[in-house]
Amino acid sequence: MANKAMEGGQALIRCLENEGVEYIFGYSGGAAIPIFDALVTTQTKIKFVLVRHEQGATHMADGYARATGKPAVVLVTSGPGATNTLTGIMTAHMDSVPMIVVTGQSVSWMLGKDAFQEADIFGITMPVVKHSYLVKNANEIPRIVRESFHIATTGRPGPVLIDIPKDISAGPCTADLHAEMDLPGYKTSSPVNNDTILAIAEALSKSRRPLILAGHGAMISGADDVLRALAEKAQIPVTTTLLGKGVFPETHPLALGMLGMHGTAYANKAVCECDLLLNIGSRFDDRIIGKTAMFCKDARIIHIDIDAAEIGKMIRPEIVCVADAKAALNELIKHVPVLETKEWRKHLDGYKAKYPLKFKRQGSLKMQHIIDEFYKLTDGKACVATDVGQHQMWAAQFYKNDSRYNWLSSGGAGTMGFGLPACIGAAFGRPNDIHICFVGDGGFQMTFFELATAALHKLPVKIVVLNNHYLGMVRQWQELFYEDRKSGVDLEGNPDFVKLAEAFGIKGFNLRRPGDVKRIVQAALDYNDGPCLINCEVEKTDNVFPMVPAGAALEDMLVEPPSTKLDKPTGST
Amino acid sequence: MPNTDKNMHTLSVYVANKPGVLARVAQVFSRRGFNIESLVVSPAVDGKFSRMTISCSGDPEGLDQIIKQLLKLIDVLHCIDHTFDSSVVKEMGLIKIAVDSDGRSEALQIAEHFGCKTVDLTPGSMIVQIVGDPAKIDAFEQMIAKYRIIELVRTGKVVMSRGQDVT
Repeated sequence: MANKAMEGGQALIRCLENEGVEYIFGYSGGAAIPIFDALVTTQTKIKFVLVRHEQGATHMADGYARATGKPAVVLVTSGPGATNTLTGIMTAHMDSVPMIVVTGQSVSWMLGKDAFQEADIFGITMPVVKHSYLVKNANEIPRIVRESFHIATTGRPGPVLIDIPKDISAGPCTADLHAEMDLPGYKTSSPVNNDTILAIAEALSKSRRPLILAGHGAMISGADDVLRALAEKAQIPVTTTLLGKGVFPETHPLALGMLGMHGTAYANKAVCECDLLLNIGSRFDDRIIGKTAMFCKDARIIHIDIDAAEIGKMIRPEIVCVADAKAALNELIKHVPVLETKEWRKHLDGYKAKYPLKFKRQGSLKMQHIIDEFYKLTDGKACVATDVGQHQMWAAQFYKNDSRYNWLSSGGAGTMGFGLPACIGAAFGRPNDIHICFVGDGGFQMTFFELATAALHKLPVKIVVLNNHYLGMVRQWQELFYEDRKSGVDLEGNPDFVKLAEAFGIKGFNLRRPGDVKRIVQAALDYNDGPCLINCEVEKTDNVFPMVPAGAALEDMLVEPPSTKLDKPTGST
Repeated sequence: MPNTDKNMHTLSVYVANKPGVLARVAQVFSRRGFNIESLVVSPAVDGKFSRMTISCSGDPEGLDQIIKQLLKLIDVLHCIDHTFDSSVVKEMGLIKIAVDSDGRSEALQIAEHFGCKTVDLTPGSMIVQIVGDPAKIDAFEQMIAKYRIIELVRTGKVVMSRGQDVT
């Protein structure tokens, strides 16, 4: 059905409605005015959230998507508006998060002529998007929007950018809003190969020390239930990646928690000693494998991944299954026998007893103490967003997740400034849940302006600023590997964060003593009139352990502060 | 013609004929430190699609990842490594040499031996067109180098699979 007298921008909004979009996070600007006008003239039910910086919009859309499993939309203008989304797009791309970013653009006849606020965002974003479009004709909008959502949400998800010149968004669109897709080169996932499944089952049946490694891919495919059933049926211990947190209950007796650079000692020991590793939807990130040549060197490795390009990229598996994780596990569980793993599990339980995650509740105030108190007082049920750094690793260690969608953390990109806006985005998507944002004083100051967005919408977010007045993770590296030569890590000049919160109309708490942790955490959780912030003055020079120095083998993990001088790490970061 | 340099690869990539596709494809190579030695792009039988023949150099260990990343691009339909198969591989070269009446007949003899065509002739120069596999063009280049080569243009390889095989 052709639509008469509709502008491109209006067609765009109608198409977004058809995709079930609930929220658009964005920031207006000249080249996007026809689209913003369409938000009014179409009387759409889509809610627009005006952020304070375009990066905030992308992280909000990201947090919304991670917390709900649904894609959100970002709408910004051309030039600097568009380039400000870059970090957020890259963050989503690294972590396979679906996102649609619509950017306004100069009029098409000025493209490439350095028009005011013109940036080649189509070109600039090319390496960090799953796909992108520069719209040349308003009649293409319905097809492009449909394709964008399909691409962003299927297969291995990722961000899609749609760049719309102003004359196109203001020009007439007469196309059918329910256009057909035209994607002859796009493959979402391969069917599960039965022979491969039988080979995996056969390999498992011979294993005495099997280990499951579950990653974000398992989470995205919704494989949590079948993963649990599989692990329980076959009695296989499970470790998860940072982004896999929650895909298998971390309080389950078979759970080993997170592996890798700051993973649990028992998870890393299990990786070193297993005779078979079944990787379900993890891309063998350098942070979890350590020294490649030493990783699982005596184990058979099986890799299930929807993305064929991840197979053999870091680690060469013996058995490969390119498929959706849930679909593969649904088949595998039919063929997997009960394995004799009692000895192995007992052995790992010994490690759990010997190397527990621990911290001191006395003395100086510890980040771990605060995180642990939030964990206890929320029964582990809150949706937790983190920023990046020491607090992120401690949050991963001490805020255990028993279900998916409750852990929002920038893994691949390690984007400081992610936490607060991601938490806000999650709160828009799930307004009835408790949302906690653990953030360092460094990352908080990168995007704290979104306090305005949180305050305006009275979102139930608990912003926990774990304030050590340092860029703590870098300082830790400098202490351990660079003879404690501190360089560029001292955040002197931090503002008073409670006063800052109050300036935005947000309730603030100060937390300085271990004896006050329970009372103040409880007060923050009880506060129910919009967001609140706790400024936690924590120990300045605490270090995260266990730690596998970058590029070292997992077996060379440090479970406590080293007594000897360490060499500089060989890994990248 | 079997490839002898293990760092040289020949890929055929079948893509959507759209703006930006070449940039996306090129990025897959440059990000991984591969150099594109030659590149030929032209519309396929169905004008909605184009065929790219890419000769590139880089660590063979990384080639597998390049092919997989190319296949991940939404606009790429397929990508085939022709480095070690028996496909027909052709290239065209135009070579302009400085030659006057003294050397002309010998130059023409060499050109004829390689099955070349003379496509331009002036009192002081001639342009020779040669078609063949890249090694043949290399050989001709060597032979004709006794004259001064003023300019040389090579199209880069184009590849087509034999029989029923898809390129």
